[in-house]
Amino acid sequence: MAVKVIIPTPLRQYAGKQESVELQAASVGEALNSLVGKYAELKKHLYADDGRLRSFVNVYLNDEDIRFLEREKTQVNEGDTISIVPSIAGGSR
Amino acid sequence: MATTKLEAGAHVALSNEEILRYSRHLIMPEVGMEGQLKLKQAKVLCVGTGGLGAPLGLYLAAAGVGRLGLIDFDVVDFTNLQRQVIFGTSDVGKPKIEAAASRLRNMNPTIQIDTYETQLTSENALDILRPYDIIVDGTDNFPTRYLINDACVLLGKPNVYGSIFRFEGQATIFGYPGGPCYRCLYSEPPPPGLVPSCAEGGVLGVLPGIVGSIQAMETIKLILGKGETLVGRLLQFDALAMRFREFKLRKDPACPICGEHRTIHKLIDYAEFCGIRGEEAPAPAATVPEITPRELKARLDRGDDLYILDVREPHEYQICNIGGHLIPLGEILKRVHELDSSREIVAHCRSGKRSAEAAEFLRKAGFRKIWNLKGGILAWSDEVDSSVPKY
Repeated sequence: MAVKVIIPTPLRQYAGKQESVELQAASVGEALNSLVGKYAELKKHLYADDGRLRSFVNVYLNDEDIRFLEREKTQVNEGDTISIVPSIAGGSR
Repeated sequence: MATTKLEAGAHVALSNEEILRYSRHLIMPEVGMEGQLKLKQAKVLCVGTGGLGAPLGLYLAAAGVGRLGLIDFDVVDFTNLQRQVIFGTSDVGKPKIEAAASRLRNMNPTIQIDTYETQLTSENALDILRPYDIIVDGTDNFPTRYLINDACVLLGKPNVYGSIFRFEGQATIFGYPGGPCYRCLYSEPPPPGLVPSCAEGGVLGVLPGIVGSIQAMETIKLILGKGETLVGRLLQFDALAMRFREFKLRKDPACPICGEHRTIHKLIDYAEFCGIRGEEAPAPAATVPEITPRELKARLDRGDDLYILDVREPHEYQICNIGGHLIPLGEILKRVHELDSSREIVAHCRSGKRSAEAAEFLRKAGFRKIWNLKGGILAWSDEVDSSVPKY
């Protein structure tokens, strides 16, 4: 399936400055694997050493949090959008 | 919750001056006299009076929120003026809380403004938050954001959340009874150093204006009890693409503070929870020797053969430089062959943090004669050459 992965501002520097990447994948996990395969530097920002998605990085399939679907095993459909949304804290100073 | 508590004070009325002031609200059925009286009786605490706090404070005061609390411990500096529109040039050097309160009192003398010139801590948070109906989070760091979240959940108060990074913003409402909290969204903060702060990463000045205004709008909707609020929705804004996206935000049944089997029953040590210093990474342990700007200047004047390595970004080099060879920190790995390990190298950046990282990397790569310029180009400007601008 052709899916689009949207890269958030803080992580674009590790993904060739791209806003989004089009990939072929059957599941969310496959899409993310293929993404970090392409941009190796992204890996440590998305995954902890134990291989799990980091707790301050959420992944959404369209508008649904994959933690409430089947996490990385969640199947994707043609034309779906996967969004990576990390925690940001800026605001004052 | 705000709207129900407000019913009790139905005897409150608007003066003729207030009726004129709020005329554009009063003629709108969604606000009207009923809504304006709710605003007048509302008590809102804005945590932080910076980029997000500036539009928040201005709009909430202008709208007639009857009691507005402001908390900040910072002092206005020149770099704030690019986005913190509540301050003027004459405020530089003044405590933010004092400058903000004075501006808001001038804008709307009919409201009560409470000021807290302090840092919100686990010790004082519950007492400071308790008198208010709604808390608005306009802070800039992870420890305070988790502290506000936990305090709001413990007190059962809604937390109108907004945060920004460069061109990107997020907004939602946490802690609304029955709704999700910040920990449901992100159970833990990033480790220090993985995400740059605004001071390092920069922020487009209008962005906090937009996100802070969204927070002000949501606060007013909560007070009025009107419309569809952001409870249960995470709004994400990309200013470069000028695109808003919305994600479902669900209550996490395993949430440690608002879940069924919660493990957090009181406020904790948030600095520790966020890895000591939260968003701002501690400088790496100084295994690389440091050289002060004065020492460097003296050695250069003596004619010592020193290679000055500037590890900042090219756009920073354009702002100012001290004649160093530019290799941005992120490129050191692949450009290390450009450096001569037999020469003495002095690495520098803006403040000394990135260059410490670069110097440490080079030391591990076998460079033995490497120094880090203490305090970076900022200290160089202070101690050696004040014609070099600080940024």
